[in-house]
Amino acid sequence: MASVSPVVTWSVLIGTSVLCYAIKLVGYLVPPRWFAPERFQRINSLVPVVLLSALVVAQGVAVKTHLVIDHRLAGVAAALAALVAKAPFPVVVLSAALTSALVYRWR
Amino acid sequence: MPRVSRRTVRDALSVALTVGAYGVAFGAAGVAAGFSVLQTCLFSLVTFTGASQFAAVGVVASGGAGVSAIVAASLLSTRNALYSLQMAPVLEVSGWRRLVAAHVTIDESTNVALAQSSHGPDAVRHGFWLTGLGVFLFWNVFTLLGALGARSLGNPAAWGLDAAVPAAFLGLLWGRLTDARLRVVALVAAVFSLLATPILPSGTPIIATVVVAIVAGWRA
Repeated sequence: MASVSPVVTWSVLIGTSVLCYAIKLVGYLVPPRWFAPERFQRINSLVPVVLLSALVVAQGVAVKTHLVIDHRLAGVAAALAALVAKAPFPVVVLSAALTSALVYRWR
Repeated sequence: MPRVSRRTVRDALSVALTVGAYGVAFGAAGVAAGFSVLQTCLFSLVTFTGASQFAAVGVVASGGAGVSAIVAASLLSTRNALYSLQMAPVLEVSGWRRLVAAHVTIDESTNVALAQSSHGPDAVRHGFWLTGLGVFLFWNVFTLLGALGARSLGNPAAWGLDAAVPAAFLGLLWGRLTDARLRVVALVAAVFSLLATPILPSGTPIIATVVVAIVAGWRA
């Protein structure tokens, strides 16, 4: 297991929980016209796409500030193949885990 | 209260079960990232918005600062504010019900609810509550199972858990790439974060890619 200071893990847990709940509550409390500008809506709809893309990179080939090609990339490639083959979600994740574990053990 | 249609129940439960089962992956990812079983379960109970939970533990796992983890997770959840704006006039909730409604305002509850639009406002409300509460139940049960499982497995890399997380992100991303423009935006964001990784502090390239969304979304 990775060892991370409890101060970090608890503050991330609490900070994320408070902010994510506040964001969900916003729409129930403010007048809808505040969010009307089309530009805001357009950018907001792209935010999950860019963040998820960056997260694939960060988790697939980055270790801190280095780019590292290892077993994880093999796993991501297997996931990509599964997605192209229109496999259901659990199959995508399982094939990534299986491929990565095999490469990790037999490299 | 008007009768709940069988179709709405079926839609809600099938989504709640399939999405909820995926909580196993989050439970495993949380423990693999260095969070305790209790903390991992609290994420699912209190944060309760899947992609953001993965982002928070993912940034910590990749060595990023706590602030980067919180900011990335929060940015990823801003779409929930738009969902709550859409749901508020339909649900017409106040008091404690409003607080509960906000907590279960996520991708799945909103999308199942809006998919019932052609069957009237009652079906929309039923879809929202059944899906929201259903996902909450299954997501939390499966998070616990995943966390306990990962703890008993030991080294996450030996079981491929460290590749399961980016695979999960890729799967979440894949479903959103519905047209050519979105695919280009995703690709540019990936290249941007690849180039930014050696330059920016750990964890911040993820947040910095929001620049790509701003540039791409500035003009229609």
